[in-house]
Amino acid sequence: MRGRIGSFAAGVAVLAVLLAVPHAMRPYYVGLVTKMLIFALFAMSLDLLLGYTGLASLGHAAFFGVAAYTIALLFLHAGVGGWVAFPAALAAATATGAVIAVLALRARGSYFLMITFALAQVVWSVAFGWRSFTNGDDGMPGIARPDFGWSLDNTDAYFYFTLAVVGVAILLLAAIVKSPFGRALRGIRESESRMQALGYDVWRYQFTAFVLAAAFAGLAGALYAYYNRFVGPEYLNVIQSAEALIMVILGGAGTLIGPAIGAALIVFLEDYVSSMTEHWVMVLGIIYVLVTLFAPRGLVGMIVDYRQRRSTP
Amino acid sequence: MTALAIDDLCKNFGGVTALAGVSLEIGVGERRVLLGPNGAGKTTLFHTISGNLMPSSGRIRLFDRDITQLRPDERARLGLARTFQITNLFPRLTVLDSVLLAVGGANGRPLRLIWPMSSYRGRYEEAHRLLEQWGLAGTARRVVRNLSYGEQRQLELVLALAGEPRLLLLDEPTAGLSPAETSAVVAMVQQLPRDMTILIIEHDMDVAFEIADRIAVMHQGRLIAEGDEAAIRANPQVTEIYLGME
Repeated sequence: MRGRIGSFAAGVAVLAVLLAVPHAMRPYYVGLVTKMLIFALFAMSLDLLLGYTGLASLGHAAFFGVAAYTIALLFLHAGVGGWVAFPAALAAATATGAVIAVLALRARGSYFLMITFALAQVVWSVAFGWRSFTNGDDGMPGIARPDFGWSLDNTDAYFYFTLAVVGVAILLLAAIVKSPFGRALRGIRESESRMQALGYDVWRYQFTAFVLAAAFAGLAGALYAYYNRFVGPEYLNVIQSAEALIMVILGGAGTLIGPAIGAALIVFLEDYVSSMTEHWVMVLGIIYVLVTLFAPRGLVGMIVDYRQRRSTP
Repeated sequence: MTALAIDDLCKNFGGVTALAGVSLEIGVGERRVLLGPNGAGKTTLFHTISGNLMPSSGRIRLFDRDITQLRPDERARLGLARTFQITNLFPRLTVLDSVLLAVGGANGRPLRLIWPMSSYRGRYEEAHRLLEQWGLAGTARRVVRNLSYGEQRQLELVLALAGEPRLLLLDEPTAGLSPAETSAVVAMVQQLPRDMTILIIEHDMDVAFEIADRIAVMHQGRLIAEGDEAAIRANPQVTEIYLGME
C-alpha cells in the first residue's frame, strides 16, 4: 500500500515538473523534452515484448517508421491531415505488427531476433528504394502538424499535446501490465512450457503482446513524424531498433519506468554528443557494453539491488 | 469410461525408437505407477500424453475424447495436468503470483487486458486456500528461485492441482528429495480426492507400492508387465530387469 501511494506521488511530481517545462525552459529544450517523451513511449512499447514477454525484437523501428511514413505519405500525396492520418498511422503500424508477428513467432530466442531484424529491413528497403513514392533517402519534409481544434504549430502546444498522448498511453500500458493478461506475459517469459501445461494458449498471448507493442510503437512514430515535420528512412533503420533496445536495457527491462529513464538519457546524450562529434553510434555502443558489464539489469535493477542489500544486512 | 486410453503409441527420434507400440488403459480414479529403468521411455510417454511431443503413430484418448492432435494447452483445458521431472516453475515470480497464474489458466478464459489482477478477489482466495491446504502458506511472498528444492517440488504439485484436473501426471515427484520430504509428497498424493486419476513415474519401489492401485512396467519402449503389487513382485521378467538391480 505504501508503495502504491509512493509511486502515485512520484507520478504526480513528475507530471508537475513536466507541465512546468515550457515555462522554465528555452524552446530548444522544450523540443528536446518532447522528443524524450516520444522515445520513452517507443522504448516502453518494446519493453512489453522484451521485459514482460521475454521476446527480444530487433525490428521494432518498423512499426515506428510505418506509422510515420503513413502520415507523411497521406499528407504529401493526398493532402490528408491529422483526423484521418493519425488513426490510419496506428492502423498501419498495428497491421504491420500482426504480419511480422505471424512470421516471427515461429522462432524463439536469437532466431526470433534475426527474423524481426530481417523483416524490418525489408520495410526499410521499401522506404529507401522506392524513390518515386517515398523520396528514398532524401526523406519527406514539409508535413504540417495536425489541427485538432487548436493549433499545434508552436513548440509549447506540441509539447502539451505529446504529453497528453504519451500520458494516456502510459496509463494504458500500466493497466495492461497489471492485468491478468500482463501477469500471463510474465509467466510466459519465465516458462513457456509451464504456461502451456497450465492451459494457456501461449502463441495467442505472444501474438497479442506483439501487436499491442507495434501499436504503441506506431503511436510514438506518428508523434515523431509531426514533431520533426519530416520523415526519412533512418526512422526504420536497424540503428533505430537497436537504440530502443539499449534504452530498455539501460533503464531496466521488465519495468515501465526503466525504459522511460533510459530513453530520456539516450535522447539527451545523443543531443549532447552529436553537438561535439559525429560518432554518436560508437558512443552508443560503448554505453551498451558498459551497461551489460556493470548494470545487466539496468539502472532500475541497480537501485533495487542496492536497496535490498541495505535492508538485508 | 476410461480416464486415459493409449492405443499402440510409437515415437521415433530419427533412428531411435523411444516408444515401440505402447497400449495402456487407466480407469477413472485409478492410481497407476509407471516403473522402469532409465531410458525405458517413461518420460517420452508422458510428453506424448501431455502433448509436448507428437507421437509417430498411435492414438490417445482422454475421457473418451481423442486428443492425439491437440496442443498441450488444449489438453490442459480438458482436465489434464502434469508436473515436470526437471523442475519447471517461474523462477523470478513469487509463489503467490505463480499460483494465481495456475488458478486462472486452466479455464481458458478470454484475454483480460485492462482490469488489474488485484480485482479478481476469487482467484486470490483460491490461491491462498491452495497454499494453506498444501502447507506453503508461509512462502507466499517469496520468489520461487529462493525456495528450497523440496519446496519447489511441492509447488510443482500445487500448480498442477490448482486447475482441479481430472487426470494428473506426476513425473518423478520425489526424485532428489530427502526421506522426510518424500513422505510429505506421498502424503500429499494420498490426500488427493479419490475421483482424481493419477499416473506417476516413480523410481522408488516403496513409494510406488505405497501409492499405486496398479503398476505398469516399461522396458525399452514397451510395456512388459501390468498388475498389482503381488503380480509385479512375482513377475520373473520384471525381477530380472528392474528388481534384480536393487
